[in-house]
Amino acid sequence: MSEQFLILRNPGAAPLLELPLLPFAQFRRQALAAIARRKARVAAFFAYTQGGSQRLLLILAVDAEGILLLSSCEVKDSFASFTPEAPQFHCFEREIYEEHGLEPLGHPWLKPLRFNQPGQGEASAGVCDYFKLSGEAAHEVAVGPVHAGVIEPGHFRFQCVGEQVYSLEISLGYQHRGIERLLRQGPDKRSVHLLETCCGDSSCAYAGAYAQLLESLQEELRPSPRAEALRLLAWELERLANHCGDLGALANDVAFRPTMAYCGRLRGEFLNMTAELCGNRFGRGLIRPGGMGYDATPAIVAKLLPWLQISGKELYNALDLLFNNSGVLDRFENTGTLERKTAADIGLVGMAARASGLQQDLRSYHPYGWYRENPYQAARAESGDVCARAQIRYEEIKSSLQMVERTLKELPEAEEQEGAAAAPDLSLRPKQLAVSMCEAWRGELCLCAMTDEQGRFEQFKIVDPSFHNWFGLSMALRGEQISNFPLCNKSFNLSYCGHDL
Amino acid sequence: MSTFIWFCGLVLSLLLCPLLPGLVGKLKGIFVGCPGPSVWQPYYDMLKLLRKGSVYSQTTTWVLPLAPLVTLAALLCAMLFLPFAFVDSPLAFEGDVIVFFYFLALGRVLGVLAALDTGSSFAGMGASREMQFSSLAELGMFCILAFLLRLSGRFSMSGLLNAADSSMWSYSGTALFLVAIAFFILLLAENCRVPFDDPDTHLELTMIHEAMVLDYGGPDLGIIHYAAALKLWLFTSICSLMIVPAGLLSGFGGLLVFVLAQFLLGGLLALVEAVSARFRFLKVPQFLLGVPGLAIIAIIMLLLFK
Repeated sequence: MSEQFLILRNPGAAPLLELPLLPFAQFRRQALAAIARRKARVAAFFAYTQGGSQRLLLILAVDAEGILLLSSCEVKDSFASFTPEAPQFHCFEREIYEEHGLEPLGHPWLKPLRFNQPGQGEASAGVCDYFKLSGEAAHEVAVGPVHAGVIEPGHFRFQCVGEQVYSLEISLGYQHRGIERLLRQGPDKRSVHLLETCCGDSSCAYAGAYAQLLESLQEELRPSPRAEALRLLAWELERLANHCGDLGALANDVAFRPTMAYCGRLRGEFLNMTAELCGNRFGRGLIRPGGMGYDATPAIVAKLLPWLQISGKELYNALDLLFNNSGVLDRFENTGTLERKTAADIGLVGMAARASGLQQDLRSYHPYGWYRENPYQAARAESGDVCARAQIRYEEIKSSLQMVERTLKELPEAEEQEGAAAAPDLSLRPKQLAVSMCEAWRGELCLCAMTDEQGRFEQFKIVDPSFHNWFGLSMALRGEQISNFPLCNKSFNLSYCGHDL
Repeated sequence: MSTFIWFCGLVLSLLLCPLLPGLVGKLKGIFVGCPGPSVWQPYYDMLKLLRKGSVYSQTTTWVLPLAPLVTLAALLCAMLFLPFAFVDSPLAFEGDVIVFFYFLALGRVLGVLAALDTGSSFAGMGASREMQFSSLAELGMFCILAFLLRLSGRFSMSGLLNAADSSMWSYSGTALFLVAIAFFILLLAENCRVPFDDPDTHLELTMIHEAMVLDYGGPDLGIIHYAAALKLWLFTSICSLMIVPAGLLSGFGGLLVFVLAQFLLGGLLALVEAVSARFRFLKVPQFLLGVPGLAIIAIIMLLLFK
């Protein structure tokens, strides 16, 4: 039987009618076949209601071919779980079960994901069954939801044998705000702001992905080359600030103060560069559908260039201290190792996946925006440990610095109607399905929207990179010393609110 | 007169000991390129904590509030046997070494019991690590004592530590130097400094000593901070008394050198902390077992060349 997929490129849109509606058996079979043979990854898998029936939509990303495969099917009450064959489905299925009551039959560990069951009153986050370990040296350590540092809430349940972690379960949902629900019936004035606050340290990526989504749903919205270049600037500055801050935090976790002190300050420099562009350190208001909220004047460009060069040089010095210290490397190497096969099975994305030897980076394999004009070579590492994740960050800092510098030097000239961002409540093409993906600094961010007859969002789905990767942290901790948890955690540095939405 | 100098040394130690962690913090800041906290910060912290009230978990017993007091009292008692400012302690007697180290052990045992008393998994892990590492440190400590005993032929703290006169450096200097290094490693381990522990971390899962005192606040925590500062002072004192030749200095000159030596060692400590990363826990025992190794080599050198 031939495969029936709707094929899209990132970012892309198609009429809803073109989306194949398959019998479940075929839907499942061809999806598993694509995962096994074409190395497809699950970019999004969710349920929605259309025409009075409940449907499942699956978006698979095939990196080698640079395409997205979409298909849908109709289900009633339950469906056969994909998780036993493809573990990367497990969080998506828990989400579907929680939000739509569709039970994935055969799911190995079906429990709440965000504790937002509709109609069941106030659900208490974190209250559920956990794995139990019994025995002489077995003990349980519960960390959070309130943590010692000023960070977001999340609950971690370790089952340990002495100092060794046997298993780690992560229970999130404390930050659930219902953003997807708030976005329905949009776009309106709030939409872009909601997107920018999904995950505060990836504001530019979110705004960019949202802008691309609307642009694929409305022909009139076409960003100028200058706007595309400025977007790249915003994304890469965001990546620089976060990678720099994380490397400093990794140094702090092994009590190596010099790099921590320098990186803490340098992160501020990169944030301030973003603020120079738009007045906000996290780039809020910078990227808007159809263009940019702010333009980079020649004065700003002239100021940013030397600033970037000095900060870049200082950052290299600080990182050389880190990567040349044998004590630090001893802590990083062989800590929190995630094998390549495990990483592929559980559908790891982004920087963490690259550190485990997987070749994926949307900028290289599903290029969008200015990355189409500037081919990007994805960073590579093999070992999958904390050291690899640190080195991937180092490599990406290098390439980001080069990209930002080149973009600043070769910024396309402004067109006549520059800076005219679209009205926030414009109407979109009706009955469309659109997917937009963007490589946020953590990894793949996927937005998917469906419009109704009036051109409003009927469905809006957000898949944050953290949604894929939290389970990777659990896996990295298996058999690891519990004292290495903070280090492993920081090497992934996943978002709680991005997961909880 | 000499008893008066010893007494001055004791009082100065009690007053100045919080300055030592303050100095370490300041220097660490400067080494890594930021201003660092004020050297008086430990005093401010303690005063702030002493003004607060204490909160105890309902699951704890009388052990929890008792522990800081016992720890501090044990440390104070142990201090009485040190030869401050190179003057033999008036309380010294042959064999007070045993009393000295059992006072230190008493404080530790109460700390561990209090940690277990909280029932918190963090404190339990901290207590387990503390016991594991300190039992290894103890071995090193007794090997160093054996060396000093061999060197001085005496068995009181004052006798052991005041043994190094200038002539001794000439014929057993190398061995003494090895032992000083070994003792400095012990100092780092016993006082929860990098690379064994990180006194500044907020990550409970990686803590050793800090995890044990997570449940304390207010005056209790203030006492714990003071006891930690005192313990650091006590260890730097032993280290400096061990290597600085006694007999050269007496009176107020000795007192001055004694106090300066503590701050010099504090500077060395800050340097070590600023440039090294923390060990992974699996490596700590290996490193700690190097201490008796060094001490035994020193003893052999002493036996061969004396």
